[in-house]
Amino acid sequence: MSARKSALRYAKGLVFLLPLAFLGVFFVYPLLTLFDISLRPDGALDLSAFARLMTSDYYLNTLLFTVYQALVSTVATLALALPCAYVFARYRFPGRSLLLSLATLPFVLPTVVVALAFSAVLGERGLLNDMLRLLFSLDEAPLQLERTLAIIIIAHVFYNFSVALRIMTGYWSSLGFHAEEAARCLGANELAVWRDIRLPVIRPALLSAGALVFIFCFTSFGVVLILGGVRFSTLEVQIYYQAVSIFNLPLAAALSLVQIVSMLVLLLVYTASQRRLHLPHDERSAHSVRPHTRRERAAIAITVGLMSILLFAPLAALVWRSLFLAGHLDVSGYTSLAEKTRASLLFTTPLEAVFNSLRFALIAASAALSLGTVASIMIKRGDAWTRLVDPLFMLPLATSAVTLGFGFIVALDEPPLDLRSSWAIIPISHALVALPFVIRSVLPSLRVIPPSLGEAACMLGAQEFARLRTIDLPLASRGLVVGATFAFTVSMGEFGASLFVAQRESVTIPVVIYRLFGHPGLASYRQALAMSVILMLVCAGGFLIIERLRGAGVGEF
Amino acid sequence: MLRVSEVSHAYGRLESLRSVSLQVETGEIVCLLGPSGCGKTTLLRIIAGLEENYRGQVTLDGQDIGGAPAHQRGFGLMFQDFALFPHMSVADNVAYGLRRRGVRASLIRQQVAGLLEKVGLAGMGARDIASLSGGQKQRVALARSLAPRPRLLMLDEPLGSLDAQLRDQLALELRGLIKEQGLSAIYVTHDHREAYAVADRIAVMDVGSIEQVDTPLALYRRPGSAFVARFLGMRNVYAINHSRFIHELSRRAMAGANDGETVLIHPSGIRLGGSPASRTMLSEAVLQSIVFRGDYYDVSANAGGDTMLSFAASQVSADVGATVTVAISLDAVMTLRR
Repeated sequence: MSARKSALRYAKGLVFLLPLAFLGVFFVYPLLTLFDISLRPDGALDLSAFARLMTSDYYLNTLLFTVYQALVSTVATLALALPCAYVFARYRFPGRSLLLSLATLPFVLPTVVVALAFSAVLGERGLLNDMLRLLFSLDEAPLQLERTLAIIIIAHVFYNFSVALRIMTGYWSSLGFHAEEAARCLGANELAVWRDIRLPVIRPALLSAGALVFIFCFTSFGVVLILGGVRFSTLEVQIYYQAVSIFNLPLAAALSLVQIVSMLVLLLVYTASQRRLHLPHDERSAHSVRPHTRRERAAIAITVGLMSILLFAPLAALVWRSLFLAGHLDVSGYTSLAEKTRASLLFTTPLEAVFNSLRFALIAASAALSLGTVASIMIKRGDAWTRLVDPLFMLPLATSAVTLGFGFIVALDEPPLDLRSSWAIIPISHALVALPFVIRSVLPSLRVIPPSLGEAACMLGAQEFARLRTIDLPLASRGLVVGATFAFTVSMGEFGASLFVAQRESVTIPVVIYRLFGHPGLASYRQALAMSVILMLVCAGGFLIIERLRGAGVGEF
Repeated sequence: MLRVSEVSHAYGRLESLRSVSLQVETGEIVCLLGPSGCGKTTLLRIIAGLEENYRGQVTLDGQDIGGAPAHQRGFGLMFQDFALFPHMSVADNVAYGLRRRGVRASLIRQQVAGLLEKVGLAGMGARDIASLSGGQKQRVALARSLAPRPRLLMLDEPLGSLDAQLRDQLALELRGLIKEQGLSAIYVTHDHREAYAVADRIAVMDVGSIEQVDTPLALYRRPGSAFVARFLGMRNVYAINHSRFIHELSRRAMAGANDGETVLIHPSGIRLGGSPASRTMLSEAVLQSIVFRGDYYDVSANAGGDTMLSFAASQVSADVGATVTVAISLDAVMTLRR
């Protein structure tokens, strides 16, 4: 082999190592540092932090509450999504696919936006309370939902409804309805059909969706922190509180460890439940029908109405609240974005945060896209050791953002990697969070390219790089756009890690919204609302791009 | 020109090629004929340079090309699924190989237009791949693999995905084009009629090995083994002691026929009816089935109660179950390798 050839091969190897190096430095190393801090706070093995966790009722209660609220949220989500999924799978009706696609919108909305939207509709200053007060001429707000478990759970249902709906609808329509038609002919009534046919049939999808929703609620941070406050402290909130407010790093690290282990267990459960979903589907029976009876039409109307209220009322209230004050148009929230609110603990104006966010999102999306594309190409080549690499790149998805952010500030705070006070730490953390999304969008679109295309190009004289440039990447372009958009949207809305790493001048929109919302006074509240609307619009734009392209069968989400 | 010497290949522990040797002369079309899974595509991919883990040698004009990567061999390969690039126009597909060689743009335009005309797609260069019919796609794939003037053209079941009517016509066109360009070619197919029409020589493959290499006519007249005979659609293959009828027939046809040998009665040597003639054996047989095929009938008849004879007849006047006279030419009886 000539020297040039072998140099080329080395260069290729180095490029492939880039994503792994990125993961190693910015994911594995911070996590190891967390382990170190929790297990050896002063250099020697010291399990006192864990001992405190185990023996203190307070922390045990934190864990129990985390599980409890996730469980209640999951059950509520499934209970609502199950009948809706049946209606969506069974019947054809106008607006069905539009609604099904719009239902995914909350999934890409940042937690701060959701939290503010719910406070805008259900909170003390919320639309519902305003209306009730007006209606019954009350002085006090009749609904006291802010800082209750109820509002957290409602927000969780809003967030996860679409995930559960999609999984169950997809599974149900692929199974078809011949079994329940047969049961009906054999004399089963509606109740018996649910009990004997529908529930047993949908069970695998129900379990899989339940596991996924539980994971999301278990790691929910922004919603709990903003809507619940310190009173409702989950593991995530507690890590943040211990690390940032009390500065008890060993304890926070120990909590992170508990969080990581719980997540791994939950993911194993989810993966196992998902494996059972791959049944041989009978495509021919996957026919939905038009509703015939009045009862069927009523069921559809109720489903559509309920979903519309759940999905759009909070967002509409958010927009309304940001534009109107006591019934009059008041856009002061928007016009004052260039001003620094007095004593708001912010070093920048909100507008600067918007520019920060856009800048960071562009950088993070570019980084995640390049690294994710290289990683996808590497995984697709399918050498033996890449089978180990594939799940490795999914790990950031399984690690909560708070843990990531915490790991960043404790690990990357001294030379040679002193990024603590650099703005670069923000796009880096966002790129890490976005990387799994990029890979899950790019990899499938690379995998569907028939291998014969690359071989044909090869026979026509194209070497490896030319094949990538002229065949693979152009054919995967939709996946690349979806991946980049995902990364951009994820970065724009990222909250948990940013709260740790965003410093002084380099704060992002979600962080500013959180600060403004927590600050007393109408002016900062209105600014928070305006910022939330802006963020929502940006993310909804990203969502539109993703949905448009995903309609063409791109991506695994 | 091309010589494949004792090439072996395995997928994991599954042996797919066992010491296969093959030669292709300049300007010759060699057909690889065999059932699916016999290794013909694997052999093609080894020659193309797409399959790397094999033992044995591939030489071109005496030079070992085993170390050359596929994109430097200058061979053309037409894929079974055509492997057209869906994101490029017809013209861009055809131009692809020329672009990779750095040919001037004006020259590329000229050559692409010429090739498209040659394959009957003149003026369709701007068309989208998705808008083409199966036959048109086949032509684009052909034009694309011809464009860089390959030293050797390989075609992997190029007509496999087309319907039968189109196949007969395109097989002739393909042969014409390859001959016109003076190319050496390897043509993979599982259809012996297609191979007869296209090939100068046919290499019949059984699982993992080449059974026989011959011209189409020689192959038809004298299949070398039971497998080859059966694969060419000849059904009258028997062990010599299959029945008293076969034993007797073989003794009369061939003086030194041994026990344990396999015997073929070539279908061209069996006729319905007839009078005694030299080197012909007449026999009674009961008609078992008569299938109308248009130009002829497929007839099977039972001779001696235990020997099924299959042959073609231009006319059948009796019905199934009737006893007829069958004339077998002794020159059509031959021994086969098992």
